[in-house]
Formats: sequence, C-alpha cells, structure tokens
Amino acid sequence: MAHDDRTSNKQVARRRFLATAVRGVALVALAGTGLGLAGRVAANKPAHAIRPPGALDEDAFLAACVRCGRCVRDCPYDTLRLAGLGDGAAAGTPYFVARDVPCEMCPEIPCVAACPTGALDRGLTDIDAAEMGIAVVVGHESCLNYLGLRCDVCYRVCPLIDEAITLEPRHNVRTQAHTRFLPTVHTDKCTGCGKCEAACVLPEAAIRVLPEDLARGRVGEHYRLGWAEKKKRGESLVEGVIDLPNRGREGMESPDTGSGRVIDLPDRTKKGGYEGFEP
Amino acid sequence: MSRDVKAKPGAEAVAVRGWWAAHKWLIARRTAQAVFLAVFLVGPVTGVWIVKGTLASSYTLWFLPLTDPFMALQSLAAGNLLAASGFLGALIVLVAYLLIGGRMYCSWVCPINPVTDLAYRLRVRLGVPRTGGNFPRSVRYGVLVAALAASAATGTLAWELVNPITLVQRELVFGLFVVGGSLAWVVVLGVFLFDLAASERGFCGRLCPVGAFYGLLGRYALLRVRADHRAACNDCMDCYAVCPEPRVIPPALKAPHGEGPVILSGDCTNCGRCIDVCSKAVFRFGGRFPDAVKADDQATTTHHRAAAE
Repeated sequence: MAHDDRTSNKQVARRRFLATAVRGVALVALAGTGLGLAGRVAANKPAHAIRPPGALDEDAFLAACVRCGRCVRDCPYDTLRLAGLGDGAAAGTPYFVARDVPCEMCPEIPCVAACPTGALDRGLTDIDAAEMGIAVVVGHESCLNYLGLRCDVCYRVCPLIDEAITLEPRHNVRTQAHTRFLPTVHTDKCTGCGKCEAACVLPEAAIRVLPEDLARGRVGEHYRLGWAEKKKRGESLVEGVIDLPNRGREGMESPDTGSGRVIDLPDRTKKGGYEGFEP
Repeated sequence: MSRDVKAKPGAEAVAVRGWWAAHKWLIARRTAQAVFLAVFLVGPVTGVWIVKGTLASSYTLWFLPLTDPFMALQSLAAGNLLAASGFLGALIVLVAYLLIGGRMYCSWVCPINPVTDLAYRLRVRLGVPRTGGNFPRSVRYGVLVAALAASAATGTLAWELVNPITLVQRELVFGLFVVGGSLAWVVVLGVFLFDLAASERGFCGRLCPVGAFYGLLGRYALLRVRADHRAACNDCMDCYAVCPEPRVIPPALKAPHGEGPVILSGDCTNCGRCIDVCSKAVFRFGGRFPDAVKADDQATTTHHRAAAE
C-alpha cells in the first residue's frame, strides 16, 4: 500500500516535472523565435536613415553597436539621433536624416571618438574619407539646374566642392542656345554628409543621400573603358579599326568616314520599307 | 497550493521599530534608483555633464567608462569584440557586481524595477490569483541562452530589440522631450500588465535574461543578506511576502540541511526589504563568510532562554 503510494507520488512528480520542463522549453523556444523575428525586422533600416561617419557595414554595425547613444551625445550639431522603438532603424542605434540636419563633418570626428565598441571605426581619421552614403540626383525633372536655371546650391554647399559634386556643362537642346550645368556626384569622393540634400531649395529635395548599396551602380568586372585603356597604352588596343558602313539618312554624307562616301540604300517600297528586306 | 499574502507585511516591524527603521532599505533603494536615473538626466537637462550615454555604456566625468557586461556578451555573440574603452568599462562593471551582488543592478539601478514592484503591489491589493501564469523561474536562464543564440544567429544584439530596461532608459534620457515618444512606452506598459495580470513577478523573476545574467554573477558576490539572528524568527512570514525571490530565504533562515545563515543564492537581489519588514531584526547586510555565526546563534538562544526564565 505504502509502496503503491510512493509509486504514484513518484509518477505525479515525474508528470509535474515533465509538464514544467515542456512548458519551460516551449517558452524559451518562443522567446528565441520572437527575438529572431525581431532581429530580421530591425535589420530593415529605411533608406533615409544614414549612419554616422565611420560606421561599419550595416550587418557588422548591428553586431557591434551597444545602443548607448554616446556618439549622439558628443555630436556638437545635434545631427545624430537615437532610434526609438518603431522608428525604423534598430531601436537605440544612431542615425541622421540629411534633409533635417546634415553631418557637418567635424575634423575631429567626435562621434567616432565617443564610440566604446568599434561600431564606429576609429580607423577613420580623415572625415573627407567618410562613407556615410552617397548623394544622388533623383529629381531629373525637378532639379532647377536640369531645367536650365543656375541654382547650383547643392554644388556650392558641398564641403568637397568640385570634387564630390561638379557641374557638368551640357547643351540645352530645348533652347538650342544655352548650356545646362548638371550637378553630378562623384561617388568615390562623396562622403554622404547630406549638406546638398539639406540645402536643396525645392519643397522635396532633388538630390538625396542614400545608403551606398542603394546609390552606387557598378559595371561588370570584365568591362574595360576603351578610351581609358587607349590612354594607358598610348594607342588603340585593336589594330586596324574595322570600318563598318554607318547608317544615316538617304543621300547623306557619312560624318565618320569623312570620305564623301554615300551610303547606298535599296529603293523604298510602298509600305515604307526597303526593297529586298523582309521584316 | 496558494499561500496567503498579508495585505500589509511589515506592519509589526513598523509597530516595534518605527516607520523609518521599517522602510530604511526601501527608501534607500528608491533613492538610488532615482539618483541613477538623475545622473543620466542632468546632462541633457542642464548641459552640465556628469554621465554621458545610457546604462548600456556610459562615460562618467572625465575618467570612468562603464559598459553593461551583458551588452558586451550579446555583442560578442553577434560577432564583435568591443573597443578597448568599452571592454574596460565592461570589466569594471563585472568586477563591481561580482563584489556587491549581480542582482543589485535589478533592485537598485534598473528602471523597470519600480514598474514591476508597483505591478506586484497592485496585484496583491486587487487579489489577482497567485498561480496560473506562473512558469518556472528557471525559464529566464533559457531566455538568456535564447537571447545569446538569437544574437549569434541574426548578427545583432537580439535582446536589445525588445529589452524594456534600455528601451525605457533611452526613452527617458534621449527622448523625454520628443513629442509623442516611441513605442518604448508600449513595451513598458506590456511589462506592467504582464506582471499585473499574467504572471506573478513574471518579468523580473521569470523572464528577464539581464537579471538571469546578473544572477549568475551574484553567486560569487561578497555582499550578502544574512539571517544572523534567525533564532529570533517568529515565523510571521513577512519576509517571504515582500521578497521578490522568496525561494532564496529558507536555506538561510531555516537551514533545513544545516546551511549557514547567509543567503547564498545568486537570485537574491540584495534589495534589503526583508531586513526592513522583520520585527525581530533577524536579517542584516554582511559578508558571505559564516564567521561568528555559531556564537551569534548561541547568544540569541541564550538570550531567549534567559528571557524565558
């Protein structure tokens, strides 16, 4: 009898232990899954949130930053802010919105000096070498210079004027008489400070700083720029340029050959095509 | 199963020792919590900087870097080694809590503690059933492992995505004057409601991996609550009623297996409330080593005998 009691007690204890263990394991698994999900969501930083100078690549940055806010405290221009929960960037991480307050590019880089984790890389000693993002002229239809005016504000405020932003003269096809000075960003020089975006006079900035991976195009590794290679070598890479017939208007002299050769085209058909050509 | 909780534990201590003596450590603790928040707020409010940063990592005056070692651990799990000043800061904090008891962070510093304490008091006042949502207290150690595993898997400081402690402290220190604020307050409200309605002492006592981490540190701490005068205990149960981790008391107070009078569990938060509410002055703060214990026990017993005769 006593033996039976002890056995059933043991069974009850075992059952209770199992129930508790299962509950505990389930809760821990739930916590882990939830945190994993939250991690994925938090990794989706909005494009307008620009990291401080010296910030590691976003993945490495999120691993390193302990969300202490010391970079924000030591920013003398109140450029940097700390992401609150739900602001988009991972809660507690520093960022700035160029249109609101751009980076003033302090030579001492106090934000980097304040970082206790290395999330802002102390290897960055020259602020001109910072890569916070890249400015992109997004408003080709709204930019006043593109419209033919001489606004030039983005170019004028650029701390690396004539390096990071240049004005490229282009013929104004509309007026046939003027030049358009197109603000052009040079990605290898642009630090992403955002002064151009902050200064853009339009109600919605025509030039915007974007994270580098969104802003930069890249040609294939195998591409060679013919003119660059030619300059390097001192002569054309291909010997004896093959002279292919240029297509032009009927009866027009070829501008390329300059030889006065007339391009012979077949007679026109009634439908507007050329004799002997099947569409 | 359910034990009754006295509506007013400590009433006897107030009657015997006076209100101040019976609230000494509680007042000290609330003051400390306010001071630890205030030193972070002085800078942003007045422009005179004592401490820059947050509980995650800070710089005090011109010389003292401090970093939360649990942050450092998460960062390490995510694949990053702290810079020198951050590492030094983590080391300083680690050593400090190894000396005074890891969970003193929970009861004397953490800004969530007043929230969960309030939730518990309301819970008792409203008579919310004690059992139901109570999962094992050891789950927090699982959450600790899960947080570090999730940090390693996602490459970010996983607990920091939801950690109400740092969320609310950042909100207070950085976002106090931002109209509307962020969702951090929703998380704090969530913790409050969780503790109030779902699980008794649920967040700090069962879930929080920060507390679990500091609890592990606390196992080796020197500063302890001791039940030196345990012979005087009259089994009023007031200490159990106020203790956020009631399981830590019996080994020291009742010594079922001959344990010393020192509370040695790392889960003890060194809040000192048991010292406050005991009308017999059984508890006191002291070292961890059971030095003159036997003599003290004897002395108390002798005293009682003398009184009885």
